[in-house]
Amino acid sequence: MKITRWALAAATLAASTSAGLAQNAGSLNIYNWGNYTSPELIEKFEQETGIDVTVTDYDSNDTALTRIRAGGHGFDIVVPSNNYVPIWVEAGLLQELDPAEIPNIANIAERWRDVDWDPGRTHTVPWQWGTTGVIVNTSLYEGDINTSAIFLDPPDELKGRVNIVPEMTDIINMTVRYVGGQQCTDDRDVLRQARDKLVEAKQHWIAMDYGTVDQYVAGDMDAGVNWNGASMRARLQNDDLAYGYPKEGYPVWMDSAGILTDAQNSENAKTFLNFVLEPENAAMISEFARYANGVEGSDEFMPEDMRTAPEIVVPAEHEAAGYFSVTCPEDVQRLYTQIWTELLR
Amino acid sequence: MSAVEMAPHGADTDKPKAPRGDIAWRWGLVAPALIVLLLAASGPLLIVLVYSFLTPGNFGGVIREFSTDGWFQVFFTRDIFDETVGPATAHLDIFRRSITLALYTTVFAAVLGFPTAWFIATRAPDVRPIWLFLVTIPFWTNLVIRTFAIQEVIRNEGLVNTILRSLGIISAPIQMLYTDFAIMLGMAYVFLPLMVLPLYASMEKLDFKLLEAGYDLYATRLKVLWHIVLPLVKPGFIAGSILVFIPAIGAYVTPRILGGGRNLMLGNLIELQFGQGRNWPLGSALALTLLVIVVAALMVYIRATSREEGRRHG
Repeated sequence: MKITRWALAAATLAASTSAGLAQNAGSLNIYNWGNYTSPELIEKFEQETGIDVTVTDYDSNDTALTRIRAGGHGFDIVVPSNNYVPIWVEAGLLQELDPAEIPNIANIAERWRDVDWDPGRTHTVPWQWGTTGVIVNTSLYEGDINTSAIFLDPPDELKGRVNIVPEMTDIINMTVRYVGGQQCTDDRDVLRQARDKLVEAKQHWIAMDYGTVDQYVAGDMDAGVNWNGASMRARLQNDDLAYGYPKEGYPVWMDSAGILTDAQNSENAKTFLNFVLEPENAAMISEFARYANGVEGSDEFMPEDMRTAPEIVVPAEHEAAGYFSVTCPEDVQRLYTQIWTELLR
Repeated sequence: MSAVEMAPHGADTDKPKAPRGDIAWRWGLVAPALIVLLLAASGPLLIVLVYSFLTPGNFGGVIREFSTDGWFQVFFTRDIFDETVGPATAHLDIFRRSITLALYTTVFAAVLGFPTAWFIATRAPDVRPIWLFLVTIPFWTNLVIRTFAIQEVIRNEGLVNTILRSLGIISAPIQMLYTDFAIMLGMAYVFLPLMVLPLYASMEKLDFKLLEAGYDLYATRLKVLWHIVLPLVKPGFIAGSILVFIPAIGAYVTPRILGGGRNLMLGNLIELQFGQGRNWPLGSALALTLLVIVVAALMVYIRATSREEGRRHG
């Protein structure tokens, strides 16, 4: 598994260098989440345009924001999550997009065309969207998995086997929902309950780590908070793994691509955004990372297993529990950080 | 060629002023190093110091308003529920864990490093470079990759557990990954050469006749080790310990990958403040606190070695 990934990376690198040498149509530097950009997609783009693409990874919204704000980054495209897009736009870090220059903006699916975090899609286009739920190895536990109790009140079978993605805001919000509050609350009673619940649950966790597909497959961990696409990738390698939608509430998110204000290769970046909004190309993104993409008509280019996957197609009975995560106000963020530090002491 | 001849201007025509030109020339030669030190080392540190006294900005960054909150928060915490001020026990716990793990790592590396260095130092002189060369080979590989390699060895389906199970020694895998033991093992492995090399350097100078003299005087092997070898290679131990302890206390990658991120170490706590915590002043203050700990460790080192020197001469 790991070896194929390295090989893939090496192949991409080789392909990108040769394309760059051959045609010299300039370059494009993409700053995206780790293990999220389809190498085949990049290869196809390079072959079609002759643009030399470099992809650099980040592991959290805050890492990306911090690095870009520090300046001197040299990136052209970045892919923040919905709750961070307003921060990027407000700080003037993203260019305004002109539909005349990116005609494929018309391909954005109805649901994602006019969204709260980027009204009228003036600054970003959809990359992928998904949910943050729970993953469970059903060979160990056969009970109900559509609940946050999987990680907050783990059944005996899963104690000591739970992993948490260390996304502070998502985890605290899920816990707040579990104890009966709403996301980004500053209600001290609710926060106290949430903190107590987290501190109590932590003894049953084995790790708080990102990028854990291999670990779930190999049984280093057997349950936890996880993203739907990563869960599907793990399930494809190990049938026992299943994805649950917590009925107490689970975050729905969309990562959207935008062009940085100080991009060196703005024109190439526009070409790229237009390219990924082609249904066929959007499908390639989804096929690699296993998340839905928000481009109309891409379904027909998707592999069969994606169109029916329980991780990707949210079952109707679980739809209502999903909530779109928003950016918490600064004072709430401080409270969250303090709870988080206390939890990780 | 004399230094005078190397002076840039008028060295031949203006001989009486040559010494001054000489000094200027020397400053000129030292300048690049001084500039690098000032700009590349002190400069950023100064920025960190200034940031630690500013107010956190919205969504990261700082606002140019003086505040001591950053430093206050390193050591004290205002309870978010009853508003009482108390010591920041969470931070103190993390400091304590970092120091403890770094100390354990140092001891572990010393225990492994001593026989390794001894083995190399007692080989024939012409093969020693080969052994030393082998010790440095892991440095050719990126730290992250070496850490992932350790993960493959100790995970539940990994090398160690598979072998132990196939030998019938254990029936269920031993949980090693995501424990403090894993962090310590990873750090000891990564920093081992930093212990072996100074130890080897001091063993190379060891006069093996002294050992023979010890045996002649009926000392046991243990006594020779304790009373002759260890005191003589002590400078190597101290240098090696400092070289291992300092990177270990600020380690970031190893605790993150092998420790599973469930319990923070100092490096991870600092990262949290610059990332998801969005509190750069606190992060800066924490980073400087780490620096103070490292400097304190260095002072202990200097004290120990100067006492060593004093003893040798007096």
